Amino acid sequence: MPEQAYAPEDLTPDGYARTTPSQVIDVRETGLRETNRILQESDGTGRYLLTEPRGAHALAVGLDHPDEIVIDGPTGYYTAGMNDGAHVTVNGNVGVGVAENMMSGTVRVTGSASQSAGATAHGGLLVISGDAGARCGISMKGVDIVVGGSIGHMSCFMGQAGRLVVLGDAGDALGDSLYEVHIYVRGRVESLGADCVEKEMRPEHHTELGELLDRAGVTGVTTGEFRRYGSARTLYSFDVDNASAY
Amino acid sequence: MCGIVGLHLRDPDLEPRLGDLLTTMLGEMTDRGSDSAGVAVYGNPDWTPAGSATVTVLADGVDALTLSSRVGTHLGCEVRGRELGATVLLSAGTGTGPEALASAVRAAVPEAVLVGLGSELAVLKGVGLPLDLAAGFGLPGASGWQGVGHTRMATESAVTPAGSHPFSVGPDQCIVHNGSFSNHASVRRELARRDIHCDTLNDTEVAARFVAAQIALGAGIDQALAEMAGVLDGFYTLLVSTAEEFAVFRDPIACKPAVIAETDRYVAMASEYRAMAHLPGIDEAHLYEPEPGRVYHWHR
Repeated sequence: MPEQAYAPEDLTPDGYARTTPSQVIDVRETGLRETNRILQESDGTGRYLLTEPRGAHALAVGLDHPDEIVIDGPTGYYTAGMNDGAHVTVNGNVGVGVAENMMSGTVRVTGSASQSAGATAHGGLLVISGDAGARCGISMKGVDIVVGGSIGHMSCFMGQAGRLVVLGDAGDALGDSLYEVHIYVRGRVESLGADCVEKEMRPEHHTELGELLDRAGVTGVTTGEFRRYGSARTLYSFDVDNASAY
Repeated sequence: MCGIVGLHLRDPDLEPRLGDLLTTMLGEMTDRGSDSAGVAVYGNPDWTPAGSATVTVLADGVDALTLSSRVGTHLGCEVRGRELGATVLLSAGTGTGPEALASAVRAAVPEAVLVGLGSELAVLKGVGLPLDLAAGFGLPGASGWQGVGHTRMATESAVTPAGSHPFSVGPDQCIVHNGSFSNHASVRRELARRDIHCDTLNDTEVAARFVAAQIALGAGIDQALAEMAGVLDGFYTLLVSTAEEFAVFRDPIACKPAVIAETDRYVAMASEYRAMAHLPGIDEAHLYEPEPGRVYHWHR
C-alpha cells in the first residue's frame, strides 16, 4: 500500500479535478450516515469526491481500506477519525480532532485545523497546510504530523511516539510531559512545557526530518532551519523530590 | 456544550436578511443545546422603533395588554406591549429612557423579570427547541444590523426562560456564554454587597452583571472583560455586544470552541463553522479561531 496516494502536485485545492473520482457524493443530499456507510463498505479501490460537506462532523470516519477520498469544502469535528489506511484530503478547513486516533493512511488538509488535530493517533501521516489550533498532537502515539503554519498552546501534550513537524511557530507549553515524540519547529516556540527541552540536531535527525518533509510534499525549506525538541525524561518515574508537584 | 452565534453586519443591504440568516445559524447549533434558546436583535424598527425605549419582560401569566397598561399608568404615558413567544416587549416613546422604563416595570409589575433594555435592542428567549422558538418570535422575518443567539444545554441553573441566554442587564448590552463559571456564587455575593443583584441563579448572569457594572464605571469592553477574567474563574467563550460593539473573548485555556468569519459585508462568529456555512460569501471569508485570553472586538 503506498504511503502517499496523491502526488504533491495533485493536492492543490483543484487537485481532485485531475484525478477521476469513481463516485461523487453530495454529502448534503446523501446524508452523513449514508455517506460514511458507502465509504466504509468500499473495497479499497474507490476514488471518491465528497461535495457540500458544509462543516459536517464525523465525516469519513472509521475507514479501513486504502480508498482515496477528496472532501471539497470545510468539515466539522473528527474528520477522518480512526482512519486505518484510507487517503483523505480536505480542500478547506477542518474542525476539532481531525484524524483523531488514526492508525494508518494519510489525511491532508489544505486549510487550517481546529484544536486537537491528530489526537492520540497511532500511525499514518497527517498534513495540515495552514495552522493548527491548541493541543495539536495531544497524546500522539506514533502518527507523523506536518503543519505548514503554526500550532497553538499545549501541543504534543503527553506525546508518546511519532514525529511533529511545524514550519511556523508553536504556542505555550509545547511538549508538556512529553514521552518520546520528536518535535521539529522552524519558527518561534512561545514556551516549552514541563520536561520538554531543546535537543541537538544530529545527522540522523536531518535525515528523518528531510524524509518527513518529502512525504508531506513540503518544498522550499531546508532541515537546517528547524530546531529539535524532545523529552528530558525526568518525569518518567516518580521521584520523591517531585512529590510537592502532585 | 451550548452553542453561540452572532452576526455583525457591515453592509446595510444585508440588514433585511439578518433574522433569516440568524435563524439558520441558531438552528445549526441545536445539537449543542436543545433545552432553550434566545436571541438579541439590534436595530429592528418593528421591535425597537427609532426614538423609543424598549424593555423585554418575562411575566408568566400576565398578558401584554395588562403589562403595558400597568406600566403606562405608572409612567403616565403610552406604553405599547407585544408578546413574542414567552417574552413581552414593552416600548415607550420619546421622553422615556430605557432605565426609566425599566424602573417603571420593576415598580408596576414587581413579579416580572426584566431580561433586556435599550433603545436598539430586543431580547427574546424561552424554553424549547431553537427553531420552534425562532418561529414563535418571528425571527426569520426580522431585520436589523446586529444579532446574537444562544442554544442552551443547562449546567449551572434551571431550564427556565429567565435562565436562557442572552443576558442583557445594561442598556443595549448583551452577553451569551458557552462554558461555565466555577466561582459565580461567591462573585454573586460580592456583587450583592455592592447592591448589584441577580434575578436568577445562572452563572452567566453574574458575568453580565459584572461586565455591566464595569461599563457603567466607564470601562470599555476590553477593560471590562479583562477585569472579569481576573475575578470570574471558569472556562468560557463569550460573545458580548453593545449598540456600538461586537466582541469575542475566550478564557486562557480555550477548551470551548469559537470560529470567526470576516468579510467586507459582515463579521460572524459561531461555536462551529457549520453554523456559518450558509452565509453569503462565506467561501471568501477570512476564517479563524480566536486566540485564548485575547479580546477581539469590532465597532459599528
